[in-house]
Amino acid sequence: MVESVLQVLSWVFLLTGGVFGIIGGIGLLRFPDFYTRLHAAGITDTLCALLIMAGLIIQAGLGLASLKLALILLFLLFTAPTATHALAHAAMVDGVEPELADGSDDPQSGEH
Amino acid sequence: MEYLVDIALLLLLVTVAMAILRVRDLYAGAMLFAIYSLLSAGLFAALDAGDVALTEAAVGAGIATLLFLAVLTLANRRERPARGNNRLALGVVVATGACLIYAAGDLPDFGAPDNPVQVHVAPYYIENAYTDMGVPNMVAAVLASYRSIDTLGEAFVILTAGLAVVALLSVPPRRRRRAFSGPCRRTGERRMRENGILRVIARFVIPMIMLFGLYIQFHGEYSPGGGFQAGVVFAAGWILFALVYGLDAALKVIPERVQYVLACLGVLLYCFIGLLGVLLGGRFLDFYPLLESPHAAQQTGIVLVEFGVGVTVAACAMLFFTFFARRKREIEAVEAREDD
Repeated sequence: MVESVLQVLSWVFLLTGGVFGIIGGIGLLRFPDFYTRLHAAGITDTLCALLIMAGLIIQAGLGLASLKLALILLFLLFTAPTATHALAHAAMVDGVEPELADGSDDPQSGEH
Repeated sequence: MEYLVDIALLLLLVTVAMAILRVRDLYAGAMLFAIYSLLSAGLFAALDAGDVALTEAAVGAGIATLLFLAVLTLANRRERPARGNNRLALGVVVATGACLIYAAGDLPDFGAPDNPVQVHVAPYYIENAYTDMGVPNMVAAVLASYRSIDTLGEAFVILTAGLAVVALLSVPPRRRRRAFSGPCRRTGERRMRENGILRVIARFVIPMIMLFGLYIQFHGEYSPGGGFQAGVVFAAGWILFALVYGLDAALKVIPERVQYVLACLGVLLYCFIGLLGVLLGGRFLDFYPLLESPHAAQQTGIVLVEFGVGVTVAACAMLFFTFFARRKREIEAVEAREDD
């Protein structure tokens, strides 16, 4: 009973993680400018990875493997948003301007 | 099911390889190379070759990409298109490829049990590695003990590569290079460096990276890992420090002179262990004379030899980065002098 519940739960995690990965990929291809694309990629980095790792931890059961997976998850939760932040910051420092809906090229984020 | 994973990975590999051929932006090329390495690492992992997968991920996707990026700060961002008629080259490539495909017909079947590779020395290693040495990770036993002269050669190759980079980049830059940098590169770098989030996270992550490097260095007998991977991971931690806190701060931690000495000391340690075997009455790189108990002797030899490899690899990777990163500053100094 518990076994099958865990199986179902783990597959739900894995599949939703995969769906988020696909959504992130579509966003990466279809969004108009750098920052929105980064937003899409950021979702893949955090939510998708988190869900897939959670699913894998349930699959692995209690043990050394699941502990290692949990550690990987912990590191991903630190490094992936940092990488996204570093990318966005580097783009801003380099003067990449976000595309605005009203077409004006005057974001206040350029220099501050 | 496993076939599906293999097929997907191989298809992605081919796709990425095509993309690398077509892309003219060198930054994108470097990133695609990293993806290619990660995919091959995944393929190796799917084939249960943990050590090779770890090496490919650490060297191909990790340090090689970092070094590519370091080199690209010195070069133009876009590849110059090749001019002229390349029909002759195309003919040579097609002829060679046709020969290779023809020759591939004579290769034994992939993974067949009676392949020469399966019946030569491999059965001996598989049957006797554990009884000979008591080392659970057979790859470490083969690499560091059965085939330790090959590995010594590899360590020397890395040292030679380090020396070559040092020799090439020790010549001071003379003439002005064509402009390759954006307008505010200097201030941009400073602003990235003053970014608090990066500094805090780097401070948290770097010790973990170094700890992980030590883990795969000294746990290499039991699980995938060893000197090559560990050295690269350790160097990557130092390079991350240099990227966030600046090369000067990083060179204060491990000065250039120390890097030279370490690069040579690693290989010397390897050779010394080998000679110790001779002095104690065995052959070169024979570990059995080192200690009374044969298993303990083999394990000591393997650990020390792997440590030598790790030290050389780490020091050489740091040397590469130091020289490429400093080159940019030297070129900028030359340009500033010319501007005056």
